[in-house]
Amino acid sequence: MAIIIDESTKVVVQGLTGKEGQFHALRNRDYGTNVVAGTRPGKGGEEVSGIPIFDTVSQAVEATGANTSLIFVPPPFAADAVLEAAAAGVDVIVCITEGIPAQDEAKVFNYLKETMPDTMLIGPNCPGLISPGKSNVGIMPDSITAPGNIGVVSRSGTLTYQAVHELTTHGLGQTTCIGIGGDPVPGTTFIDVLALFQEDPDTKGIVMIGEIGGDAEEQAAEFIREHVTKPVAAYIAGVTAPKGKKMGHAGAIISGSKGTAAAKMEALQAVGVTVLDDPTMIGVAMKELLGS
Amino acid sequence: MDLLEYQGKSLFARIGVPVPDGRAATTAEEARDAARELGGTVVVKAQVQVGGRGKAGGIKLAETPDEAYERAEKILGMDIKGHTVHRVWIERASKIKAEYYASFTLDRSAKKHLGMISAKGGVEIEQVAATEPDAVVKVHIDPVMGLPNWLATEMVYRAKLDPGAARGAIALLKKLYQAFVEFDCDLVEVNPMILTEDGEVMALDAKVTLDENGFFRHKDFPAFAKEHVIPPVERMAKERGLNFIKLDGDVGIIGNGAGLVMSTLDVVSLVGGKAANFLDVGGGAGADTITNALEVLMEDASVKIVLINIFGGITRCDLVAQGVLEAFERLDLPWPIVVRLDGTNAEEGRKILGRVQSDKLVPAATMREAAEKAVQLAGGEVG
Repeated sequence: MAIIIDESTKVVVQGLTGKEGQFHALRNRDYGTNVVAGTRPGKGGEEVSGIPIFDTVSQAVEATGANTSLIFVPPPFAADAVLEAAAAGVDVIVCITEGIPAQDEAKVFNYLKETMPDTMLIGPNCPGLISPGKSNVGIMPDSITAPGNIGVVSRSGTLTYQAVHELTTHGLGQTTCIGIGGDPVPGTTFIDVLALFQEDPDTKGIVMIGEIGGDAEEQAAEFIREHVTKPVAAYIAGVTAPKGKKMGHAGAIISGSKGTAAAKMEALQAVGVTVLDDPTMIGVAMKELLGS
Repeated sequence: MDLLEYQGKSLFARIGVPVPDGRAATTAEEARDAARELGGTVVVKAQVQVGGRGKAGGIKLAETPDEAYERAEKILGMDIKGHTVHRVWIERASKIKAEYYASFTLDRSAKKHLGMISAKGGVEIEQVAATEPDAVVKVHIDPVMGLPNWLATEMVYRAKLDPGAARGAIALLKKLYQAFVEFDCDLVEVNPMILTEDGEVMALDAKVTLDENGFFRHKDFPAFAKEHVIPPVERMAKERGLNFIKLDGDVGIIGNGAGLVMSTLDVVSLVGGKAANFLDVGGGAGADTITNALEVLMEDASVKIVLINIFGGITRCDLVAQGVLEAFERLDLPWPIVVRLDGTNAEEGRKILGRVQSDKLVPAATMREAAEKAVQLAGGEVG
């Protein structure tokens, strides 16, 4: 089994006519993902390599039954694109766009929570998610993944790839790999994903990749203590990051005494998570945890 | 981007947050003219992106224009915690009756805006919050709803300001929140917010951090950076669109993706070395991005060795390798380069690296191995 997306997922790509949108939509389709529509106001009625384009998301949903949206819209319009997808009634919105103002993010997050609590927003500023062998919605390289029983959740794109690569080379496939993004207010948190992995009967172990900034990892540790019985291996990036500097991601910043890697590692260790100081050890560690 | 005090105040003034009248000056003569224009006693304040100016002697009263000249002459060029003062702000002196604190920021944990106000201003607020938590009033604000009048009122009355300050403080809070949202700020902080003897409530200082992601809505904001003092290497990186942070070690780090680069710094430290910088070439880097990045590091004298760590997703390892090859052909690289390639087109990339005719190129199979080789070549002990 996989969480959030699988073979039944029908994807509408917002911004499919753009360079990035087109490249990844077609890549996702080649992998087997059901890419049923694209949107671009003014280009309704056209098509891109056989995928019909609509002017609005609601038209696309009506005509194709799309239940998941993948967003490649530039930052000035991305928050609006999320709201449009939610209003059109899709269940899952995956927003790849990087560079959305934090004020927009905070508004969208709270608005969705208040008015459409069942809509799941993944990202923004994330690589999306892949359920190996079933569906790839986003920009993750599928060649490093393999179907299996490990769930992966991460705040960083490239570290997700690194972790998945380590798992696969050690013979451990994945149920679903999710990048939740490196922004200050992501739509989906570690906790949301951990809960789904915990419920998923096929997921036997969980890999969690965190980084400095905020307290999402500490909150996740609390949740693991209460609700997660499956083995978890974690890696936190930014042990050596200086205070007050944004380390690439808008959300990766140590403010005052808050958000240090040490505090996060300690919180996770305290609830029985195997915390690694080297991301290339994830495969080995997970193998040991599963006793295989 | 952290604004200088006077830049923050200019934004406040635009939206109607009351601030004392003032002028910026880069020379003592300009400071004298400013004091003359303003009339009466003025304050000469050093403009640097660091706290603790007052203690360092960067804030002085001046009763006459000539005194303003003298004060400015002393303050300009002064070094405050490693920041040279290139500009002063001359401000009409306020008659202070009481000092308060007010701020708005995003509480990531609660995913709401956080408003703070305290009757104890003019001092380290984090210290006050730690020792007397009740002295700092904190409220969460729904970003969809914004700050309603009743909540601003409640903040002020709960903070127990002087009764005479209430109306002015409520008005200021509402304007400050408006500035926080409309200008796409990560933080607006007023410390101290003052009650004057005339009963006015004003922002006597302004700490504003802008979210650069919001600059598409504010075309004039990038200009603020022109007045900031940025080291030449950082400026060069910025001009080339590279995400660069200077650190204090000697191993130059280039990688793709913030998480992976951060992780590379950590692994270098784990094996006993210290990174000279953080340089993220981002997603989809081409050959020229890599040569650009290497050129930037050539300007940094503290770099002894460079470690390139790439995990290709959108980024193609063959293009990265092409960039390294071109750099060896075209640039006179002063140091060895350790390269680790994995992911998209890694095989092709390694083949291209094989064509480099230099013993300064050191391939590595894993991130750990790359870090160990780099630290060794930098002359350090591998721990």
